[in-house]
Order: sequence, then structure tokens, then C-alpha cells
Amino acid sequence: MDAACPRPAARPPAPALAAAAVVAALTLGPLAAVAVVAGGAGAPGPADWAALRFTILQAALSAGLSVALAVPLARALARRRFPGRRALITLLGAPFLLPTVVAALGILAVFGRRGLVNEGLAALGLPAVQIYGLQGVVVAHVFLNLPLATRLLLLGWLAIPAERFRLAAALGFRPADIARHLERPVLRAVLPGAAATVFLICLSSFTVALILGGGPRATTLELAIYQAFRFDFDLPRAAALALAQLGLCAAALAAAARVALPAAFGPGLDRVAGWQAADSPGARAGDAAVIALGAAFLLAPLGAVVAAGLPRLAGLPPEVWRAAARSLVVALAAAGLTVTLALALAVGAARGAGHLALAGALPLAVSPLVLGTGLFLLVFPLADPSGWALPATALVNALMALPFAVRALEPAARAAEADFGRLADSLGMTGRARLRLLTLPRLARPLAFAAGLSAALSAGDLGVVTLFAGTGGATLPLEVFRLMGAYRMTDAAAAALLLLALSLALFWALDRGGRGRAAA
Amino acid sequence: MLRLEGVRIVQGEFALAADLAVARGARVAVIGPSGAGKSTLLAAVAGFVPLAAGRVTWEGRDLAPLAPGARPVSILFQDNNLFPHLTVAENVGLGLRPDLRLSRAERARIEAALARVGLGGMGARRPGALSGGEQGRAALARVLLRARPLLLLDEPFAALGPALKADMLALVEAIVAEAGTTLLMVTHDPRDAAAIAPETILVAEGRAEAPRPTGTLLADPPPALRRYLG
Repeated sequence: MDAACPRPAARPPAPALAAAAVVAALTLGPLAAVAVVAGGAGAPGPADWAALRFTILQAALSAGLSVALAVPLARALARRRFPGRRALITLLGAPFLLPTVVAALGILAVFGRRGLVNEGLAALGLPAVQIYGLQGVVVAHVFLNLPLATRLLLLGWLAIPAERFRLAAALGFRPADIARHLERPVLRAVLPGAAATVFLICLSSFTVALILGGGPRATTLELAIYQAFRFDFDLPRAAALALAQLGLCAAALAAAARVALPAAFGPGLDRVAGWQAADSPGARAGDAAVIALGAAFLLAPLGAVVAAGLPRLAGLPPEVWRAAARSLVVALAAAGLTVTLALALAVGAARGAGHLALAGALPLAVSPLVLGTGLFLLVFPLADPSGWALPATALVNALMALPFAVRALEPAARAAEADFGRLADSLGMTGRARLRLLTLPRLARPLAFAAGLSAALSAGDLGVVTLFAGTGGATLPLEVFRLMGAYRMTDAAAAALLLLALSLALFWALDRGGRGRAAA
Repeated sequence: MLRLEGVRIVQGEFALAADLAVARGARVAVIGPSGAGKSTLLAAVAGFVPLAAGRVTWEGRDLAPLAPGARPVSILFQDNNLFPHLTVAENVGLGLRPDLRLSRAERARIEAALARVGLGGMGARRPGALSGGEQGRAALARVLLRARPLLLLDEPFAALGPALKADMLALVEAIVAEAGTTLLMVTHDPRDAAAIAPETILVAEGRAEAPRPTGTLLADPPPALRRYLG
């Protein structure tokens, strides 16, 4: 808080302290285990440096492109009402929530050797485009992260009170004035955070690099860790690469913490947002084109997966359905844990313990693969890891979703505290009453978003579970992976479609619940 | 009796000193140039601003250990006096129970308070559906139910037109008269002070002066007030 309203209680709230401690223990503990078990590794070779360079290059290109394309798309979506807008915004959650294996398959179906794009080029007598390598990795990352960037910007845009736009209309603002006085402050507040988020996600890219990259010219650090672990079982080298990855992410996080500034917008009463500006035919046509292009880029790979899997869906074996039920349980457990931790950290940050909220970003510095390995090493001496497959998967996925959850909650928590903190204090609203009557209602929208995100990510994750699971007890993504390994490609496509449906349904149900509440 | 004894508030470059007493049941305006610290003075009494020195007492009791909600104080801010996500009745009910676990009798009291301020039957609406004047009335209904001996108004009616504001001040006057409430009211308009506040505290040049009769203060303003009034 600023100097104008220091709170009498300067101590950080106990729930925030507890949440930060839990996150730190669950993140740093496994890491320490990896470091201890790994021991000493040799000096890095040329392949390791190449992996480091490629990791940074592809992440920077992916983040820059994702955010640059998200600005016009978010603005068009924020100021246009059209049939299907609601569905499109829900679908914006899809590619990011899409299990990465399925996303990579979708990209291949569109841009691959026999994909839609190359078939079109061949029909026109043009040379084919090559998807494998840097370009493939970046295209897949933009496909996966453009929707996230757009949603982050859209949340910022919708946080501008309708009163401001009415005032702008009353003052005769032209589009340039609106951009300067209303939109640019929001972009300044949200863009750096969005770009940094995408960059950090892409730094830890594994599945995309595995499928669309690979080889000495297109291997990320994560992929190198996996190869050292799986192919050579060279744990010291894997640990050294993991430390390089950790240092890289920590440096990027430190830079991101510098640029992210909160917006200084006041509250608006909860009326429906109204847009009177930017109604020229040119602006309308531009927005329509942006929305159409964005929708096509995001829907084509999904459509390709649906087309391949749909005919077989009804004939899936019962084991696939049992795996789906396990994934549902894991997803709901992860969502509950993420939202509880994120709420404690965001409210703590809003009440002056901003440094504790950094704990929420801690998991960004640790890849799921490294975290899962560390957890495995911790569990292994004490119990049969296969019995811990589902809890470990839920735990790691809850942690992985936490940075996004905190990022979504913190601005709303700060706004609720800045706008209504004194009123609540003056009325003696503390503890549970304050949570129930002030915090939860004001944060309903981002809370629902965070819960949906965590559930869907968790349902679709393939990573930790492969380290823990025995022969049975597979989650749905692992079942897809096993079907692929058994060359039952039709079943795999259909199971992938079921997985996609499960992830989207989880996100849709949770996110929509919050939006209905926020509109009330 | 509200006493500010050797109070000093420091916020960066800004500093305000206050050494004054306000009699129980008094109605006192707080007037002075913008940025002089009128709101800060009220915030200090309400418990939102730490004191660098001195103490604030009510009926001889030091308020320092009390959190804002535990002080014998109701305060209305310039804006955000109602939670937009709660109904009008719920907002008013917070004056009875901050956790809103209300009994049937308490609900009846809320309805009566709403009727008293002219909002009978409007409890189910949300603040966004009320006019500015109605929002002010809802906030005053909550003040009624909180029934604290000290009412601090930090210009909650500043955005209202003259006629509506006069209505609000009349309602405030009636409410404080009923319960013998002590009123401290920030205003930038000397006519508000003259209308309902027999005494006035001048806040200027880093000091909050002791209350003086409003009539004589306005008839023969000291230099700082004269510069402000123009």
C-alpha cells in the first residue's frame, strides 16, 4: 500500500505466510533432493550451450509474437459484441489448456508434411513449407500462448470501469485519445506481465520441442534434461542442465518482477460495460478481420484433432473411461489446492506482503520434470511411488498453475483492498466475514478463471505421472501416450479427443460459474 | 468528549499537528484548503493513519489500541461507502453484524432504518441501481444502525447537487440530534458549515485549530481561511 493508507497491522497475514511456506517447501525440497542425488557433473559441452541458446531464442520469439498478436485480438474482443463471442472467449482458454501432445498433433495436421497448408500450397503448385525446427516450435508456442496473452489483456481491458468510457464519450475522445488515456495505461500494466509469462512458459518447453524440434539445432534445455535422464540415465548431467534451466528462469523472473506495474484505475459500480467509441466502419472491419484470422488460426488444429478422433469415440475401451475418471479427480484436487494457495498469497500481497506473492511465482522457475523427479526421489525411500502417482500429479500440477492463478488474482485483490479495505475495516469486517462478504465476491471472476485453468492443466498433463505410475492406474493423458506407443493410433486420437473434451468441460464449467457470479 | 492531545501525523513531506477537544454531542465542520489534511485528521480519529506523536481519546479512553471497526466511530468516505456486490439491505445490515448472520428482528430493524431514510422497500436492490442521493441515504441508514457516538463525514455528499446535498445534511442533522451523536464533517463549502455546524475546525498550514463558533469564524476569517475563501 502507498504512504497515504498504511494499515495498522503491518505484519503479513498468517494464511499468506503459511501458503508461501508450503509452496517454498514443495518447490525447493524436491530441487534439493535432485541436487543432492545428482552430485558433481562434468563441464558443459557444445551441445549444452546450443540447447541454452536455442531455449532463449525460441522463448523470446514465441513471447514477442504471442503478445504482439494478442493486442489487436484482445481489443477487438473487448469492444465488439457479436454472436459466438462468449463461445470464442471460452475457446481462448482451449489451446493453452489443450494437452500439449494433442496441440502438437494438431499443428502437424495443419502445417505438417501432409497438413492442410501444404496440401493447399501443392494444389497451387507452390513449394511446401517445412514445419520441423525453430519455426515449428515457435508456431506451436504462439498457438498455445496467444490465447493466454489475449485473455490476460482482456481481463485488464474489462477492468476499465464502464464509467471511464462514458466519461471518454462525454468528453468527445477520439480513438487515439482513448488509446492514450484508457488503453495504454492498461497495456502498460498488463503487457509486460503477459510477455514475461509466455516467455517463462516457453523457457520450460518440453513436449513441443520433443515433437516439432529435436536434433542439435532445435533442442531445449528441458528436452536435454529428459534425454540425459531417459536415454543415458546420466543423473549428474541432467541435474546440471536442470540448474542451468533454474538459473535461466530465475533471471527471467527477476527481470519480470521489475517491469510489472499495477494499474491505477479506480472502481466502477458493477454495470455492464458499454462501448460507444471506435465505431467507424474502418475500425469495425479491422476488428472483424482480426477476430476471424485469430479464430481460424486457433480453431484449425483443434478441428483436425476432432475430425481424426470423433468416429472412434464411442468405441473406446473401458480402461480409457476409467483413466478419464482418475484424471477428473486429480484435476479437481489440483484446482482446489491452487485456488486456496493463490487466494492466500494474493490477499497477502494486497495487504502489504507483496514479497510473499513472489512465492507464487516460484514454481515457474522449476520445470514439472525436475519437480517430479525430485518428488520421486523423496517418496521412493518411503513408499511405493506408483501408489503416489495421482497425489503427486495433482500436487505438481497445482504448483504449476499457481503462478497464473496468483497473476490473475493479485490485481483484483489489490483493487478490492484499495477500494473497499477501509470501509471493511471501519465496519469491523475481519477473518471469515471479510473473506465471504468482500474478498470472494470481488474476486469471483479471477478465482473461477484460476480454478478452471488449474483443473484443465492438471487433467491434460503428461509428465509427472509417467515417472510415478506403474502398469495400471493411468491418467487419461498417460493412456493416450500408451495407446500411441502401442500404435493404436485411432484409439489414441479418440482418447485425445476425450481428453480435450474433459479439459475444456472442466475449464468451461468453473470459469463460467465465476462469470455468472461476477455479473450478478 | 473527543480529545486530540499533542497529535502529530507525518506522511513523507506532509505533516499535521492537532491539539484540540470536541464536546460530546457537538456538530463541528472541518474546513480548509485542499491538501491541508482535513481527510487525514478524520482518518487519524478513525484509526487509518498512525500517529507520529500524541494521542486521541474518547471520554478519556485512548483509542490507539482499537482497530478501526472497534472504535466508537462511524465514518463515511467520499466514495465507495457501499459494497456494489451486496444488496442495499445487506450493506445496511453490516452496521449491525459485520458477518451478516442476521436474525429476524435484525432484518426488521434494517427495514425500519431504510424506511427512516426514505428507502422503504428498496432493500433488495444493489447500489448500482440507486441514484447518488439514494446511495447516500443507504449509507446513513447503516450509520443509524451502527449507533456509534461519533460520526465522521469525509464529504460523502460532495458529488450531489445543492438541493440534494441540503436534503442529506438535514437528514444528518436529524439523525445526530436523535442519538446525541458527535459530528465531525469535512467540507469545502462554508455554507455547509453555516447550515448545520455551530462550530468549525480550521485546518491550514500544517495545523488543525481548536473548534470556534462558525458564525464568528466566517464573519472575521483569519488570513489562512480568508485566502481559501477568496
